[in-house]
Amino acid sequence: MNPQASQQRLWRWYPVWKRNALVWRKLAIPALLGNIGEPLLYLVALGFGLGALVGNVHGTDYLTFIASGFICASVMNTASFEAIYSSYTRMAVQDTWTAMLYTPLEVEDILIGEVMWAATKGLLSAVAILLVALGLGAVHSWDALWILPVSLYTGVVFASMALVMTAIARSYDFFMYYFTLAMTPMFLFGGVFFPLDGMPASVQMAAQLLPLTHTVDIIRPLTTGAPVENLPLHLAVLTLYGVASYLLALRLVRKRLHR
Amino acid sequence: MNPNQFAVLAHGLTKRYGEQTVVDAIELAVHSGECFGLLGPNGAGKTTTLRMLLGMTPYDGGELTVLGHPIPREAQVMRQRLGVVPQADSLDPDFTVTENLRVYASYFGLGGEMVNKRINELLLFASLEHKADATIGSLSGGMKRRLALARSLINSPDLVILDEPTTGLDPQARQLIWQRLRELLNEGRTLILTTHYMDEAQRLCDRIAIMDHGRILDTGSPNELIQRHIEPHVVEVHGAALDEWYAKAGKQLVIRAERIGETLFCYMQDDRELVNSLCDYAGLQYLSRPANIEDVFLKLTGRELRE
Repeated sequence: MNPQASQQRLWRWYPVWKRNALVWRKLAIPALLGNIGEPLLYLVALGFGLGALVGNVHGTDYLTFIASGFICASVMNTASFEAIYSSYTRMAVQDTWTAMLYTPLEVEDILIGEVMWAATKGLLSAVAILLVALGLGAVHSWDALWILPVSLYTGVVFASMALVMTAIARSYDFFMYYFTLAMTPMFLFGGVFFPLDGMPASVQMAAQLLPLTHTVDIIRPLTTGAPVENLPLHLAVLTLYGVASYLLALRLVRKRLHR
Repeated sequence: MNPNQFAVLAHGLTKRYGEQTVVDAIELAVHSGECFGLLGPNGAGKTTTLRMLLGMTPYDGGELTVLGHPIPREAQVMRQRLGVVPQADSLDPDFTVTENLRVYASYFGLGGEMVNKRINELLLFASLEHKADATIGSLSGGMKRRLALARSLINSPDLVILDEPTTGLDPQARQLIWQRLRELLNEGRTLILTTHYMDEAQRLCDRIAIMDHGRILDTGSPNELIQRHIEPHVVEVHGAALDEWYAKAGKQLVIRAERIGETLFCYMQDDRELVNSLCDYAGLQYLSRPANIEDVFLKLTGRELRE
């Protein structure tokens, strides 16, 4: 392949991303209000309410502690919802992907575009919460800017995982399994609300297998300026989940659409 | 044999799903610039054949070349010059008419002023210029079909594949689509279409392939097919005196007759004598007409219901 062709090949997913961005733009204002309003309510209620009972967690005030956790949970939720409900609608209900396959786009272009878009929405939600946290005094270091690329990367991972579910779903009801069996455990045991070191050892071990735990371990110190420990391990776990899920989703969607 | 002469060349093309062979070693040669019709009952293998042409269904045997590109290896490059009007319009409900065309152009890597100009041309072509900013939900069935046709032309394709382009449309909407398809043929594009409407096939297609059970039963121009399979005249007779007339007069005059329900279909070289004999029977209604593709189709594929 000549360099120009491979350059084109590399960016072929971009129109897919842009299509989704154009649709989102039509409803951007209510979406952004939701992105900012909801974390504001949660952070004020839990940060100050629970914070008054909890006091400090490992030397950090509870509002700061939970704000960083919320960023991680929100990236997970936003990217997963997009790659589940919205992507499924485009694939199975609206035939948007089929129409794309009549053009020079291939299945991998569509999936990369969908993953990048879901990750972009995850990033937007992270930015919104970060701004709210900043306003409430829960951000203490310029390191917090690193939260943006980490959020985007986390979004890529969770979107890829969600696309595996989308690829095998026969109806919307199917997704309840994923929410109950995968996302709720991560939300509760990924270290979003409380540190895991108070948990039984077996639970702590199991939590290390969850990708969200590793995102939390990267993002939490970035809000306070503390050093991030075991960064290569956290990135490796996230990458493993992301790459394996993407390759599996690609295989499954190909099988579904190229029958 | 010049390969550019053919938009599609298929040799021994076969597709199986498990034990079932849905396309069975078919031969296809679609000439550049012609309108080629693929006819067949439901389940004959038409849609699977079209999907193989697009590179969307991998096949199990044979060879396939579309626009000079081996499929599926070069399907991605081939689709740059291809337009598709799918059975389900698959228009983007989140966008307006114009946005649908612009976003679809972006999938081909097309953008900028050139595309805006092309969109205006296509809106005129599809008689949708007054609907440029309408949402998809507000369009009638005919308008959606026309938009799907316009969308398939955004990249100025050499080959357009249409899967049942006028199914479910009213007569006015069908006429408009037919006019537009003829314009595309005059511009030198190749069309491949499937249809259940025999009049549509007869009117539009230069050549027709009749398919059933995954096989192509015959290929030819509408007139060739009629001449090859059916006597030139058909008289359809029904009424209370049918049996009496047939026993006394009809039997001797008819080459071939087929009874379907209350109606007798009489096939013959010359219908004048038969029509004369029918006039003697007041209790009979009849219709005398030239043979058409539907007669060929029913003869080749049988009359039992397909579901």
